[in-house]
Amino acid sequence: MIKDSQAQIIDKKSWNNYYLFKLESPRIATQAHPGQFIMIRISDHPYPLLRRPFSIHSKDEKSIDIFFQVSGLGTDILSQKIVHDTLDILGPLGKGFQVGANLKGKEVVAAGGGRGIAPLYFLAQELSSHGASVKVFYGGKSLKDIPLKEKFESEGFDLYCSTDDGSFGFKGFISDYLKAELEKFTPSRIFSCGPEEMMKKIAKFATEKDIPADFSLESIMGCGFGVCWGCVKRIRKNGEEEWVKICEEGPVFSSEEIIWAEYEK
Amino acid sequence: MTDLSIDLGFIKLKNPVIASSGTFGYGLEFAPFIDLNKLGGIVVKGLYFSPRPGNPPPRLVEAASGLINAVGLQGVGVKKFSEEILPELRKYNTAVIVNVCGERDEEYASVVEFLDKEEGISAYELNISCPNVDKDGVCPALNPETTFSVVSLVKKSSSRPIITKLSPNVTDIAEIALSAQEAGTDALSLVNTFLAMAVDVETRKPVLPNVFGGLSGPAIKPLVLRMVYQVVNRVKIPVIGIGGVLSAKDALEYLISGAKAVEVGTANLIDPEATVKIIDGLTEYCQKNGINKIESIIGTLKRS
Ligand SMILES: Cc1cc2nc3c(=O)[nH]c(=O)nc-3n(C[C@H](O)[C@H](O)[C@H](O)COP(=O)(O)OP(=O)(O)OC[C@H]3O[C@@H](n4cnc5c(N)ncnc54)[C@H](O)[C@@H]3O)c2cc1C
Ligand SMILES: Cc1cc2nc3c(=O)[nH]c(=O)nc-3n(C[C@H](O)[C@H](O)[C@H](O)COP(=O)(O)O)c2cc1C
Ligand code: FES
Repeated sequence: MIKDSQAQIIDKKSWNNYYLFKLESPRIATQAHPGQFIMIRISDHPYPLLRRPFSIHSKDEKSIDIFFQVSGLGTDILSQKIVHDTLDILGPLGKGFQVGANLKGKEVVAAGGGRGIAPLYFLAQELSSHGASVKVFYGGKSLKDIPLKEKFESEGFDLYCSTDDGSFGFKGFISDYLKAELEKFTPSRIFSCGPEEMMKKIAKFATEKDIPADFSLESIMGCGFGVCWGCVKRIRKNGEEEWVKICEEGPVFSSEEIIWAEYEK
Repeated sequence: MTDLSIDLGFIKLKNPVIASSGTFGYGLEFAPFIDLNKLGGIVVKGLYFSPRPGNPPPRLVEAASGLINAVGLQGVGVKKFSEEILPELRKYNTAVIVNVCGERDEEYASVVEFLDKEEGISAYELNISCPNVDKDGVCPALNPETTFSVVSLVKKSSSRPIITKLSPNVTDIAEIALSAQEAGTDALSLVNTFLAMAVDVETRKPVLPNVFGGLSGPAIKPLVLRMVYQVVNRVKIPVIGIGGVLSAKDALEYLISGAKAVEVGTANLIDPEATVKIIDGLTEYCQKNGINKIESIIGTLKRS
């Protein structure tokens, strides 16, 4: 875990409400694994007060990318930063996805909705480099909410898109699209990140079909490095249910570990 | 060389900067970021006798320059603390203070009796803002009599100095402070968080399932400064200021108003190096202003 108070924005792209920043931070880049995240200090002043968590979207030798959606004040301020600005970041944090050589030659799925796609690009790259064949399921409300479509395509990933309004690809939720496609093939593993309700649906049918699945959870984080106990989720650990700090032991957990919250209709 | 040391009477601190309970984990989590030996002290996360599950999430919500938390004192309990954490903490040369919690007066006493057998603790900080099961969930800190009862019981049970941590959620904090002093506390720390809430206007529900949480951070500093100032003028024992200390300037405001030391809480979550930066800032201030000993500025607020 490294504190880099001088991570420079060396590239910036944007699509409507979505932003991609390349941050120069060689020490964090060297250590980063898919599914891990960084905490960004939004302001030098005490408002907004807390750092905000962002998944590591990809990396090279000296930099990491983040991909984010403006969802409130903090991300709004962040989106206005420009190339050459520096950010104070902590990372890499959390444990991330388990990507092993055991997936060589296997078919796997990475399914993400909205901003939840962020960690799945790095994951898909890593899975491919381990010899797995990756099908990426990418969903959003509308065509403008799946801005990374071309990026996944140009990397040669097998891409399945959905939009809630049918403006592109399958009309409906990405979880429904995946469920339908699973009639045709059975992956060795499913990796997912996105709205919790979407992940909960995927967990349900993955369990029914006996497909192992890992999910990257979100929660409000006070620190990101395990000291405030603010970020807990209900997790089954050694046979018992506990409130577990997802910043430290997660944010990725398997479907057997996660006790999903109830949602109102 | 600037002398930042502070004599609380019962312990001497290297400097007036102490990490506050619940925002510094068990201390060791900060070792990758800072040299723990530099700190005046560390107050570890609140300990009940047994492990505690804590509240359901969401536990945090941000407010304007503040944080509302309803963590619910999730923690490992005394046994795991003494066996696994304390041996590591002992390796550092800083004052280790244990934040003691209890569901009833007797639990506070049993925590200190258990920990009294262990080396490497400088003092206990009594968190008397814990809901009390014998008193309809009302915490001892809200009333002078219940404060007196828990402080005097713990004082009798403990071989170590006691710092009583007061709650701001009272009408007259000086009255509670005097009651804790009468019960024999060696020092006071103020304050714990301010009772607060937030509403989700879409669902019209409280953001925290617990409804209430405790507000901390820069937002509370002016309120706490006022309380510290009111209390130091009434008591004879040392007072430690806690609330919204983010910078050396914040710490200095407390010292000048009469606090002997400060605890740094929420700032640690935002910047794990906060405590050390504040200490460096104090040195810089002293050098710039020709102050050889930081103790000489304590309680020097000028009224004219
Ligand atoms: C491990 C992890 C990885 C994440 N990765 C990404 C990513 O790669 N791209 C992306 O767009 N988003 C990501 N998020 C979500 C992102 O952190 C939030 O959208 C952001 O913090 C909102 O801040 P805000 O100030 O803009 O919103 P606010 O105005 O503060 O709140 C808007 C919403 O964001 C949520 N939120 C607020 N503060 C936090 C916080 N400290 N932590 C988490 N959620 C919060 C609230 O629940 C609220 O509903 C991630 C979250 C986690 C926990
Ligand atoms: C996440 C969190 C957890 C806390 N846990 C404890 C605790 O276990 N015991 C305690 O006495 N105070 C606890 N506090 C209160 C702090 O120690 C401190 O009194 C308060 O936050 C005000 O200081 P600050 O404004 O510097 O944060 C906690 C505060 C926060 C934000
Ligand atoms: S965010 Fe603070 S413990 Fe996880």
